Amino acid sequence: MTVEPRQALVWDYAPAPEATDHLRLRDRYGLFIAGEFHEPAVPRYEPSVNPASEEPIAEVAWAGPADVRRAVEVARAAQPRWAALPGRERAKYIFRIARLIQERARELAVTETLDGGKPLRESRDVDIPLAAAHFFHYAGWADKLRYGVVAREVAPLGVVAQIVPWNFPLLMAAWKLAPALACGNTAILKPAETTPLTSLLLAEICQEAELPEGVVAILPGDGATGAALVRAPGIDKVAFTGSTAVGRDIQAALAGRDIALTLELGGKSANIVFEDAAIDQAVEGIVNGIFFNQGHVCCAGSRLLVQESVAEEVIAKLWARMGRLRVGDPLDKNTDVGAVNSAAQLERIEELVRAGEDEGAVRRSVACELPERGFWFAPTMFTDVSPVHRIAVEEIFGPVVSVLTFRTVEEAIAKANNSVYGLAAGIWTDKGAKAFQVASALRAGVVWQNTYNHFDPTAAFGGYKESGFGREGGPAGLRPYLRVVR
Amino acid sequence: MSRRLAHVDRVGVAERAAQLGRRSIKTTAKQQGIRIAVSVMDLTTLEGSDTAGKVRQLCAKAVCPAPTLPEIPSVAAVCVYPSLVGVAREALAGTGVRTASVATGFPAGQVSLAAKLRDTGDAVQDGAQEVDMVISREAFLAGDDARVMHEIEAVREACGEAHLKVIIETAELGSYEHVRHASMLAMEAGADFIKTSTGKAAAGATPEVCLVMLEAIRDYTERSGRIVGFKAAGGVSNTKAALHRLVLVKETLGDEWLTPARLRIGASSALNDLLMQYAKTQTGRYARGEDFSLE
Amino acid sequence: MARLTVRKTYKLYIGGAFVRSESGRADPLGEINIPRASRKDVRDAVAAARKAQARWAALTAYNRGQILYRAAEALESRRAQIEAVLSEDGAGGGEAVAELDAACDVLVHYAGWTDKLQSVLGGVNPVASPFLSFSLPEPTGVVGIVAADRPALLGLVAELAPALAAGNAVVAVVSRSAPRAALDFAEALGVSDLPAGVVNLLSGRLTEVGCALGAHRDLNAIVDVSADAELGAELDRLAAETIKRASHHPVAGSYEQATEPALERIAALTELKTAWHPVGV
Repeated sequence: MTVEPRQALVWDYAPAPEATDHLRLRDRYGLFIAGEFHEPAVPRYEPSVNPASEEPIAEVAWAGPADVRRAVEVARAAQPRWAALPGRERAKYIFRIARLIQERARELAVTETLDGGKPLRESRDVDIPLAAAHFFHYAGWADKLRYGVVAREVAPLGVVAQIVPWNFPLLMAAWKLAPALACGNTAILKPAETTPLTSLLLAEICQEAELPEGVVAILPGDGATGAALVRAPGIDKVAFTGSTAVGRDIQAALAGRDIALTLELGGKSANIVFEDAAIDQAVEGIVNGIFFNQGHVCCAGSRLLVQESVAEEVIAKLWARMGRLRVGDPLDKNTDVGAVNSAAQLERIEELVRAGEDEGAVRRSVACELPERGFWFAPTMFTDVSPVHRIAVEEIFGPVVSVLTFRTVEEAIAKANNSVYGLAAGIWTDKGAKAFQVASALRAGVVWQNTYNHFDPTAAFGGYKESGFGREGGPAGLRPYLRVVR
Repeated sequence: MSRRLAHVDRVGVAERAAQLGRRSIKTTAKQQGIRIAVSVMDLTTLEGSDTAGKVRQLCAKAVCPAPTLPEIPSVAAVCVYPSLVGVAREALAGTGVRTASVATGFPAGQVSLAAKLRDTGDAVQDGAQEVDMVISREAFLAGDDARVMHEIEAVREACGEAHLKVIIETAELGSYEHVRHASMLAMEAGADFIKTSTGKAAAGATPEVCLVMLEAIRDYTERSGRIVGFKAAGGVSNTKAALHRLVLVKETLGDEWLTPARLRIGASSALNDLLMQYAKTQTGRYARGEDFSLE
Repeated sequence: MARLTVRKTYKLYIGGAFVRSESGRADPLGEINIPRASRKDVRDAVAAARKAQARWAALTAYNRGQILYRAAEALESRRAQIEAVLSEDGAGGGEAVAELDAACDVLVHYAGWTDKLQSVLGGVNPVASPFLSFSLPEPTGVVGIVAADRPALLGLVAELAPALAAGNAVVAVVSRSAPRAALDFAEALGVSDLPAGVVNLLSGRLTEVGCALGAHRDLNAIVDVSADAELGAELDRLAAETIKRASHHPVAGSYEQATEPALERIAALTELKTAWHPVGV
């Protein structure tokens, strides 16, 4: 080159924090029962903490057994009237909720980010718009249920208990509530203990939508609240999203009771890169697969299977790309990777990463400056991983990808299926015929071809094996909330 | 021999390009980004109606885009047709702003190689320090990669000391895989820069083609050790578009590409929008067109 | 002195614009003049619909659903005015209120179909060979509608909404005896983010525009609700020239009648496409 640079530059994006002055959060939230916020029977309020700063945001009531009983009674009483409404009238309530979420989108996004640590970029562009879309989609089903399950007559199940995790708090609430309400059930939702705030804003939205009293209850609390809820007399169905361990407990607790159950549990999903893939887009897909939401994603592509012939190139490009991830303040609009949701989760990640090192895998973590306060984990890649290692088997639920190699298509399929889980998988190849063959051979509920972590209210989501049973999204998502009468 | 194309997935490219378009560039980053965008600009006029007077006025603007904003640098170069190179070179003498010329039967490139070389020779003779050539899409679309490369090599030689920017005219190649392939051919044949478009085709430097070409540069540079520059031209008409291109460069190739030696943005109308946006960052008021000179 | 009111000029709705008939003609309706569309207005409307259709179909189903829902919102917010017009034009004793209720709800109903009809009408075909074969409905294209004369608004909405939900663009001849409600409804559509040209509404005489519409060769389907046997037969004959999909519907006078065979209404205005893809390494 003959032209000399006039100036040597480093161009960094200035901090671009999203404003929080438009938030209308209260200092303290009660339990949402019968259309109003109430004090718990035995007063107990716990702070909901911002994991990026460890500062409390608001105090939230935790529901005890008496509150659960009352919520079930109210839901029980409200259910016949709700189910008796014509489908088109139920639809209009749910459409209202969708519209109100859209109207309050930024407030919900910022709250989600404050409460859970996820980058604003994601809460703004993924969580909140998708939550609204789910309500919109299922609103449209409310007067078309017979078409969704192909039946002459259908009926709701009754009162449903729904427990959602902390990784996509509002979105998971939408996945649960929207189909339940569309089908004519009344619902009691328990948000996760670390991320109750957007569910409580959703309670306000139910009020604004003039949803009939008792159709939705929101009961924050921890595992004890959830345990009380699934054991409460008077419920007809449990829908749970969370860990396989808790899912197992719930299934056992419901043994012998005539209660419908759907479980969306953990995963150790394989993301398979073949040598004929579009490598640059595959690398983006790997990054999106494992670093989206700090890897707190049940379907995260945490087991990267790369064909040996391209492993070196893929690993080099992935590592270079990881170096460009922007880790830090979740409220900054340019942040790619935010805070780990809680101290407990950080501990779990650290423990498994230590195990990976102890077992002999090669660890590389991005050298990035992490804030002093809050819970953080740098994006990490393990290479030289063997299928026997814990980091190749257990769900880490953090920004940690384990790279394994394979030689042939058959080996890729065998390795991908060699897991107790079966939630999702990714396939990267330019050859469609191969992609469809591999997709049909994989024992996983969702298979993405040349993409990863795409969600849509019209597309069913759910797992094989210990990743759970039942589907959410699309017409398949109606079935768990309906009884076919004839 | 049949051509082998590396795989590029259209949907994936579009998603990544769009994602980088959502970077938030505010306050000091915006000011610095605008200064960089101006400093890498090839201020361009390529019209049948161009005259010496028009080119001189453009050169004055290139040297000092905004007298009221002294921190705004000169642009990198002024780009004109070969017949006006002499005028531009004289007007830019001693300013540090370089003279660039399109050549090789721009924009269609549908002339003989001899004519292309003569065109190039004339421009260099008249003082062009940079030559923007177009590849033969005729040869490329017919699958004749060897002829595409041979022409570039010949023009490269005719350029002598002058810098060669090779326009692949992405809108006419048919797919991102072809964009990547043409980028590689141009770099293998000795291009100092690869450039998206003539500005005369249906589409220009879309974020997607920029991303594909930047990834090709990254891979070529990694493999060969030779650094190649990138020029986005066509459709970069305002500040938001210019900053989006800078983000694409920064996050694909790195900050070291954000200099006139390695990056150019070919534009004309974007310059005043950059100045208006810059003024806004200082005054807090949205500017109006009349606040800056036309040329 | 009493203030003089500013009267509304009724216009056709073509290509997203509110225009007079190119013929310059109008038919009186009481004190008001209603534009009398010509064959050339039909031509312009079909051209606008053809131009808009691909873009409308290319929007995501979710987006189309939101736009139809927005149309329901816009209609609901204008209902007082349109109810008054319907009453003046002959819908007496609560009929106008019921008609508006139904029209809004029909729009909401079909808004909910946009992102469901593919999963309900389409599917994977378990073919006996190593292929992934699937069939999906696609919009048939530009649909002509000769709307019912009464109910003036619901009769139009009942035919329009399924055509739009399926992704078609529409040219409709509105009620002859009470055209104002439909032309007022055009203004609701005009503020619903519906791309220009997706819906085109013409007022005029059936003998003129009805046949001109049916005769247009760049129309893919014609829906006739005129209840006029002679016109229906003529439309069928014209349809045969270019194998248009022709259907004759009974008048939809209620929400139930407008939605009960909803899937049939939508399916009639779609084409099923079957794709085959090899499966194997």
